[in-house]
Amino acid sequence: MTDIVQSLARIVGDAYVSDRPEEAYFYARDPGLMPPHKPDCVVVPKSVEEIQEIVRLAAREKIPVVPMGAGLALTGLVIPLRGGIVIDMKRMNRILKVDEMARHAIVEGGTSQGYLKAYLEKHHPRLRHSIPDSPATATIAANVMIHGQGRLTQQYGFNSDMICGLEVVLASGEVCRIGSGALSPDWFSKGPPLPDLTGLFLGWFGATGIITKIGVKLYPRKKMRDVEIFITDRDSLVPGMVYELTHTEMVEDINIFAQPKPMIFKDNHHITLFYTGDTEEEMEFKRKTIWHSLDRFIRSKDGGFMGVPPAMKSTLLDMPQRSVSRFADVKKGGGFEYSGPIIMVDKYPACARKILELAEKYDLGYSGMARIIGRSHAMMYGFAFTFNRADPDMMERTRQALHEVSVFALEAGGVFWKGTADEQKMAMQKMDPATRGLMGMIKKQMDPHGIMNPGNWEVTEV
Amino acid sequence: MKYADIVHRCFRCGYCKFTGDYTDFNCPAYRKFRFETYSPGGRMWLIRGWLNGEIKNSERFQEILFSCATCANCVEHCVFTFSEDLVNIFIAAREELVAEGLIPPQVRDYLKAIHVNGNPYKLPAAERGKWAAETPVEPYRDQEYLFYVGCVGSYDERAVKMARAVGTLLMKAGLSIGILGEKETCDGNEVRAMGESGLFEQLAEQNIRTFHDMGVKKIITLDPHAYNAFKNDYPPLGGEFEVFHYTQILAPVIGGRRILLKECPLTVTYHDPCYLGRHNKEYEAPRSILKAIPGLELTEMERNSENAFCCGGGGGNFFTDILGKGEESPARLRVREALDTGAGVIAVACPQCAKMLEDAVKSEGLEDRLKVMDIAEIVTGCLS
Repeated sequence: MTDIVQSLARIVGDAYVSDRPEEAYFYARDPGLMPPHKPDCVVVPKSVEEIQEIVRLAAREKIPVVPMGAGLALTGLVIPLRGGIVIDMKRMNRILKVDEMARHAIVEGGTSQGYLKAYLEKHHPRLRHSIPDSPATATIAANVMIHGQGRLTQQYGFNSDMICGLEVVLASGEVCRIGSGALSPDWFSKGPPLPDLTGLFLGWFGATGIITKIGVKLYPRKKMRDVEIFITDRDSLVPGMVYELTHTEMVEDINIFAQPKPMIFKDNHHITLFYTGDTEEEMEFKRKTIWHSLDRFIRSKDGGFMGVPPAMKSTLLDMPQRSVSRFADVKKGGGFEYSGPIIMVDKYPACARKILELAEKYDLGYSGMARIIGRSHAMMYGFAFTFNRADPDMMERTRQALHEVSVFALEAGGVFWKGTADEQKMAMQKMDPATRGLMGMIKKQMDPHGIMNPGNWEVTEV
Repeated sequence: MKYADIVHRCFRCGYCKFTGDYTDFNCPAYRKFRFETYSPGGRMWLIRGWLNGEIKNSERFQEILFSCATCANCVEHCVFTFSEDLVNIFIAAREELVAEGLIPPQVRDYLKAIHVNGNPYKLPAAERGKWAAETPVEPYRDQEYLFYVGCVGSYDERAVKMARAVGTLLMKAGLSIGILGEKETCDGNEVRAMGESGLFEQLAEQNIRTFHDMGVKKIITLDPHAYNAFKNDYPPLGGEFEVFHYTQILAPVIGGRRILLKECPLTVTYHDPCYLGRHNKEYEAPRSILKAIPGLELTEMERNSENAFCCGGGGGNFFTDILGKGEESPARLRVREALDTGAGVIAVACPQCAKMLEDAVKSEGLEDRLKVMDIAEIVTGCLS
């Protein structure tokens, strides 16, 4: 490996390659519960050309390469399961272009969500992107690579639906542009009217290529933003409430949370509704429309809007919501993990009951959180459990609970979101064999030597 | 190790690396080295691995721990309830390494020099007060304030000029000040930050004794690092004094027009010292002085106040230079940020920042476009 490290040092410079135990220890892990696996080395490149050279070297030497953003998926997607080279992308964080009128940005593959948000607020205050609630260090490329969701997901779908082009380094080291950018200087479409090739990369977790540039669609940023919370203790009514709310087309984002603490939250489902406007009149109109959409539930005494205290409002309006990370330390243990299947909204009651059952069975702290995708087309239901990193027994109980979630989610017709390597296998086992075969063909063509984030989406292992 | 019951609680979410508005990565060590291991979260996880025996104390591990500038950006932006302890945790880990005797040679040499000479420059104590020779500043007898200059202000060529400017200006403002000269010894702030708690206590007790013997009640410090030690770390050891950074004394003087200033058409950007700003929440006094100068335009860097980017000199790095080298060194990045404001002057309020940034200006080849000036130097140049 020494020769490899020297070769990498020639590519990225001595300072940006390491095979030392400290980096091996850290990059072997993510904040979740997956067992560690050490990389042989870690590199922090600065350019597309450097990544091309790294991949060519890896292909020549048949060494795995694992691209990494902030490593926050929690499901082990950037743990180098077969060792090799971890490519930490975060030095490639330039915002290359913002087209105000066409409402899109082109950013490098290691650009963080927080940096794009700050940049837009400063230079293009009328534009925003669909920021997720993962920490601000999470990268835009990694988020779309896992089909992440964000603040605009209820309106526009998965964050990966909101892209307008990719630049990708293939397993051969070639660099390839996807979308209108393949034949035009303008990145206005990820595919149409061409064949949409983004599907060769999105959702593949780096197993088919490394995103080095990404076109992100931007949306109007309104001057005002507010939040309301509708509470019900009847989980079975939640899908109907969501249907009414999405019918208004007035809501920016719909999240539903249920958690045991503080005590007054217990057994309730908090439908959190964000809305925006440019004037007080617009806000008032939307607020009233949202309220009235749920009149029948209020009349039947099945729920009501709560007064949101200023501190809570401030927490909820924060983007990204820092309070999400704080959930990790509820047990003073620094850990949480969630399984977040994408599933039909009518499964909300079953999911909400399942998390209660598992929290009780395994004696775990929990938070159930759903984010509506599209106009009630689906939801991500997060079965989140907090654990103490210094308590191996609690960590094991959390693993078992999450495994039960995986089984439940598949049986309920859901699809794993950013699934662990084991969940990927479970999904492929259940998958239509023809679809699985197609995935196998794609993977074989895209990564003939099996060097791209191996251990993920390996059809042959099924 | 102290805080061993906390280190596992880091989720490594990375908020600690950023400014509050996510404008840029703001941890100086991470910004330079770019491996996650050099970020606060990286340190937390490595310390845990080390305590668990999963990794060993190595040169790399030492570099990771001692490259922390103790700038407290992580303390400011970490989202967890233990955020206040982050820098203390890193110092506690350093204490363990110091106790083992396995530390970077630069750190060892610094600590030895302080132990033997009372200053890191290995210069005689008799030379401590030499900077005051051509100033009206006199030895401390029974003046109202002790003007504590510290090692850098006493011995470093650049910082000495700053000490002269501050001392002279305080006198001109009619303040009753005196210096300890050869009786002064190291305040110990960096000794503590580098993990030699025993030596720190020894220095603190020696200073406290001297201050008590001399009848000192009020102290003005040149250096925010000394200010921090006297204000926060000396009281538990019996050293209760009224402590001021010199900008806190000068602000009402200048604001109250007790010193007359002429028109000074300068464009200035102010660099917050971490030990005055984030550690002690004093952001306004230096700015109010600059704003009170007629004709001076104060223009802020993108990262300022609680989001200010450290020059890379804190936590002992001023002396060890672990963070200081190369194009991506924090001081050079900071100078480029200052240049972006269009200012011709970077105002500083710390002798360590002055030296770090002045060297960076030279390394960047910007001597004809940017000047690093202490606030007292700026005021002196604007005296009517």
